[in-house]
Amino acid sequence: MSLFSFLFSPRPKSAAIAKERLKIVLAHERASRDAPDFLPSLQKDLLACVGRYVQIDDDMIRVSLGKSGETSLLEINIEIAGAKAKSGAGAAAAV
Amino acid sequence: MAQVIVVTSGKGGVGKTTTSAAFAAGLAMRGHKTVVIDFDVGLRNLDLIMGCERRVVFDFINVINGDANLNQALIKDKRNDNLFIFPTSQTRDKDALKRDGVERVLEELRKTFDYIICDSPAGIEHGAITALYFADSAIIVTNPEVSSVRDSDRIIGILSSRSRRAERNEPPVDIHLLLSRYDPDRVAKGEMLTVDDVKEILSIPLLGVIPESETVLRASNTGTPVTFDGDSPAGRAYLDAVARFLGEQREMRFVKPEKRGFFRVLFGRA
Repeated sequence: MSLFSFLFSPRPKSAAIAKERLKIVLAHERASRDAPDFLPSLQKDLLACVGRYVQIDDDMIRVSLGKSGETSLLEINIEIAGAKAKSGAGAAAAV
Repeated sequence: MAQVIVVTSGKGGVGKTTTSAAFAAGLAMRGHKTVVIDFDVGLRNLDLIMGCERRVVFDFINVINGDANLNQALIKDKRNDNLFIFPTSQTRDKDALKRDGVERVLEELRKTFDYIICDSPAGIEHGAITALYFADSAIIVTNPEVSSVRDSDRIIGILSSRSRRAERNEPPVDIHLLLSRYDPDRVAKGEMLTVDDVKEILSIPLLGVIPESETVLRASNTGTPVTFDGDSPAGRAYLDAVARFLGEQREMRFVKPEKRGFFRVLFGRA
């Protein structure tokens, strides 16, 4: 049976794989191309601000601009699980 | 009203210069006074493809710098009276292509020519941006292959954001897709993206499909724009694309595998 399926199951055509990969990568690239210029610097400022209270890494803040119907949606995700409160700023961070 | 057409692609080696030469020659054959300009400063090649490499005296940069006038630099094609070639310089100074200088030269060319074809260098650097900046229309040369399609998408984005028409909020550059090196046999086997795949991904109107053809190399070997070779499938496909560009309806040819006769199968490619 396995030999049978090995011999006769059609391999996916490579052109179809190419089309799928292109669609995904271009959707991603078009979204970031249309993003306003201020997103990277906003991300940097947020990182500096939040970083005063908790220790976080660059990749723990994600800023993106999406659309929900007619309204633009600025989405900011800050991951602080496992982040250590900085000593001295602990009280402020806990509030 | 003169029209500036940029032939561009992002990726190198997809057939921009072949297309520029073939398209310019095709427009000239249809009676339009046409000039084709090489924007690939430092890597001059349009002159070779057009077969006028031994007639280059002055070039695009000389005219921009005021060292020569247009009439001294333009090379008149010996096969068609409507066709002129404007070679570029071999200088390694890429910044020699100044935008205001290019604008001045294009404005002067607009007075005497119907069509001005700008053969862009590959990439998205200064030369490529300068070549597309003044365009009214663009021909995006794409091969049915992932990296070419991706780079075409990038260039389409640049045309719609960084061209002069975009910066001035004028009607956008008229963008056309030209799919080249298309192999219908491989498409039929599922080994190559189809015309419809590429159209769907890039979502720009299709101007033509140029089949992979031995005659393209033969044409470049001899310095003949492929449209001057009446027997060539690629040449005929380019002439169809020129006709569509001029507003005519033409059926897409060379997109289905060719039916081979008994003798052709027996004796290989005839």
